[in-house]
Amino acid sequence: MATGIKDKVAIIGMGCTKFGERWDADANALMVEAYNEAISDAGIDPKEIQAAWLATCFDEVNVGKSALSAAIALRLPNIAVTRVENFCASGTEAFRAAVYAVASGAYDIVLALGCEKLKDIGYGGLPEFSQAIGILNSLWFPNITAPGCFAMLAGGYCAKYGLKMEDVKRAMAHISVKSHANGALNPKAHLQRPVTEEQVLQSPMIAYPLGLFDCCGVSDGAACAIVCSIDVAKALKKKDFVTVKALQISVSNGEEMAFSNWDGAHVVNTEKAAMRAYQEAGIKNPREEISLLEVHDCFSITELVTMEDLHVSERGRAVNDVMDGFFDSNGTIPCQIDGGLKCFGHPIGASGLRMVYEIYLQLHGRADKRQLKDPKIGLTHNLGGFPMMNVVSVAIVGRYKN
Amino acid sequence: MIGIVSYGGYIPLRRLSRMQVVQQMAWYNPLLYMLMAGERSVANWDEDSVTMAVAASYDALHGMETKSIDAVYAASTSFPFDDRQNAAVIAQALNLQDSVRTIDVAGSLKAGVSAIVAGLDAVESDSARKVLVVAGERRYTRSASTLELLYGDGAAALVLGREHVIAEFLGSCAYHEDFIDHYRGAEKRFDYQWEERFIRDEGFGRIIPEAIKTYCEKYHTDIAEFAAVIYPCPFAREHATIAKKIKSAGAHTNLHEGVGDTGAAHPLVMLVHALDTAKPGDKIMVVGFGQGCEVVAFQVTDAIAHIKRPKGVTLGMARKKDIPYAKYLKFRDLIDADISIRAEAMPNTSLTALWRHRKMIHGFTGYRCKACGTPQFPPYPICVNPACNKSGTMEDYAFADKLGTVLMYTGDMLAASVDPPAIYGLVEFDGGGRTLLDFTDCELENLKVGSRVAMSFRIRREDTTRGFTGYFWKAVPLIE
Repeated sequence: MATGIKDKVAIIGMGCTKFGERWDADANALMVEAYNEAISDAGIDPKEIQAAWLATCFDEVNVGKSALSAAIALRLPNIAVTRVENFCASGTEAFRAAVYAVASGAYDIVLALGCEKLKDIGYGGLPEFSQAIGILNSLWFPNITAPGCFAMLAGGYCAKYGLKMEDVKRAMAHISVKSHANGALNPKAHLQRPVTEEQVLQSPMIAYPLGLFDCCGVSDGAACAIVCSIDVAKALKKKDFVTVKALQISVSNGEEMAFSNWDGAHVVNTEKAAMRAYQEAGIKNPREEISLLEVHDCFSITELVTMEDLHVSERGRAVNDVMDGFFDSNGTIPCQIDGGLKCFGHPIGASGLRMVYEIYLQLHGRADKRQLKDPKIGLTHNLGGFPMMNVVSVAIVGRYKN
Repeated sequence: MIGIVSYGGYIPLRRLSRMQVVQQMAWYNPLLYMLMAGERSVANWDEDSVTMAVAASYDALHGMETKSIDAVYAASTSFPFDDRQNAAVIAQALNLQDSVRTIDVAGSLKAGVSAIVAGLDAVESDSARKVLVVAGERRYTRSASTLELLYGDGAAALVLGREHVIAEFLGSCAYHEDFIDHYRGAEKRFDYQWEERFIRDEGFGRIIPEAIKTYCEKYHTDIAEFAAVIYPCPFAREHATIAKKIKSAGAHTNLHEGVGDTGAAHPLVMLVHALDTAKPGDKIMVVGFGQGCEVVAFQVTDAIAHIKRPKGVTLGMARKKDIPYAKYLKFRDLIDADISIRAEAMPNTSLTALWRHRKMIHGFTGYRCKACGTPQFPPYPICVNPACNKSGTMEDYAFADKLGTVLMYTGDMLAASVDPPAIYGLVEFDGGGRTLLDFTDCELENLKVGSRVAMSFRIRREDTTRGFTGYFWKAVPLIE
């Protein structure tokens, strides 16, 4: 009988580069930047790492296939290094693989690393990916982009709850303003300038109804985690360490897009992954028990709908919670306290690990100007793909035996 | 009795106002002033002679069983493929039987009428029960040329057969003469046209009356018996002069005013336009012109009362939207507009994958699960219904003729598109099934959740590097 991952694996070191348009750095440099911080944080010898996982999504424009790039950049001593890729959940997938490897007893100390170098392509937005979803899809699938697909979610959401688009747009603007305010306090964030609701609402249209300020930054960056067993953490004399409480992935089987049972107003996999994660972590009431959220705010509408799929807001009520400031930095559950994808940036393979990094800092009281008061449990959420076809990860981390 | 059993047509949505071209370009070519009246039809960027032929064919085949269609004769001078049969693409898009004979008829503007005569021969000789004759045309013309104003884009289709004939075949005759009013050499994009006076006097004005006279002599008939005489001639005055020469009061409008000359398709486009208002007993003569003439004649029967009229040409002429000249130039690639770096990537098309999935891609055929009845697209081996999920229970199911409702949509300014924003969305089909589709012939501001859409066979991507046109189906909002 499976017992879940709760409190079986400790995070003993983390690192994260400054995210942004890193014209100065290639993927190798980014990986080393994050890795050095994590090694120094964990206080271990690099030779103690027994296996590693690399997450990177756009290999064609990035670091190439396989995990050779990481093995070479970090000069890992001929250990097992594996590349994982699962759209925007890739970073959390690397983390999950590392955590499971330790939990299985196969290794004592392992590394999870995520890296993405998106700004070497010469144009804005994500790299063109029409061939990335299979050769058959490339013969018929609409020439979709991420903003286009998430824009549809806004229309579906309004239709489902009979809301006016202008009201939802205002809540979406509040979400972006909040994340910009948070990002302004984070020296590693890609975007560090506060914006006003007016600026957000008047930004140029990217995909109706999403304007420029409803979209997250496309960034270069890397983040990593060093994890070990509880026994090893204790042997290393780590105190008040952070452990993994839940790790869940949920992936579409094609129903949303091809079967008539999806309302177009929420993301099926977010709800499924979250419910399994709450069960694994022993969380009964997320609205009461979670201290902070790092969700996949690739677009403002995604963050809004995610609050309902995580059962933090009631169905159709996220607009009210957002406008009430429930998720603001001084609200009941701060969301994207580090700026989120919106402002910290979104180097795809690194994003899941960047979210864990922020919660790790917050739990250790090391979040500087954006430090929250006594957080205990944090949740991260990644949504890769599109509302109608996606890969979702939910991770919950907290203080050991909390 | 053999003859026409059904007909259909298609005129694309866009109209280019000739006055607009005159305003923009007459400084360069003052001859354009002569042609400033009316408007011409313009194919959308994702339409060509094949897609319009498919649309006209669906119009003609609507409500008809297609198992007895034994041949498809497709005519055009602007087919996208020189080698790869265009009629075969059309037959696949119509989901016709594997045993159907497919023939491209090309090389002259009389090709459309030649295809009708050949089709009638096949029916008469019992080598085919029904023949679908379809012609579509989308020709390139140089900016500021008179041809740019004379030509139009469109398609028409006839189903020929023995049963339920609405217009009985009376007779035909042919006349060939290597008269070169214009020509288009191999691999050339534009027509090269000779002096207009020569074309009018020695071409249309002499050859058409001569061919009609030959027909009348052959069948001992008088042109006065024909309620409608259909002959293409884009020059308005010459068109009227021919009517006088042949002494007919039934010369059918050349549709110059609202459509323009649709080339090899034009006699068929005019014919289906005439059939929309034809009465039982009416005799109709159709003349194709190009390196001589091909003449065919019909007499409308009482059965025409049983078909739903008007059809696609009349309907398409009424349904229209202006296109700015600059947009038209971009749609036809007549200006070298910048493309984003995002749009540069142009991988080739996997011909293996396209062949394997030809029913899915060209026929818009998905599956329906025999166990639970759920229609589904794209086709996968295991049923999408979570309450079923059975394997090996799938049968083909066509979505091409289904209407649908928009569940969610967007207008995407980031996606590379010839006509931004790229509009796409999730469509729920009447009868079940849903999928993500591109939208076309559509304005973002007119679309809403709940809008009704029909399916249309369109160009999905033109690979100009390798000369390959890829097709799939798109959603077109119904005009309510």
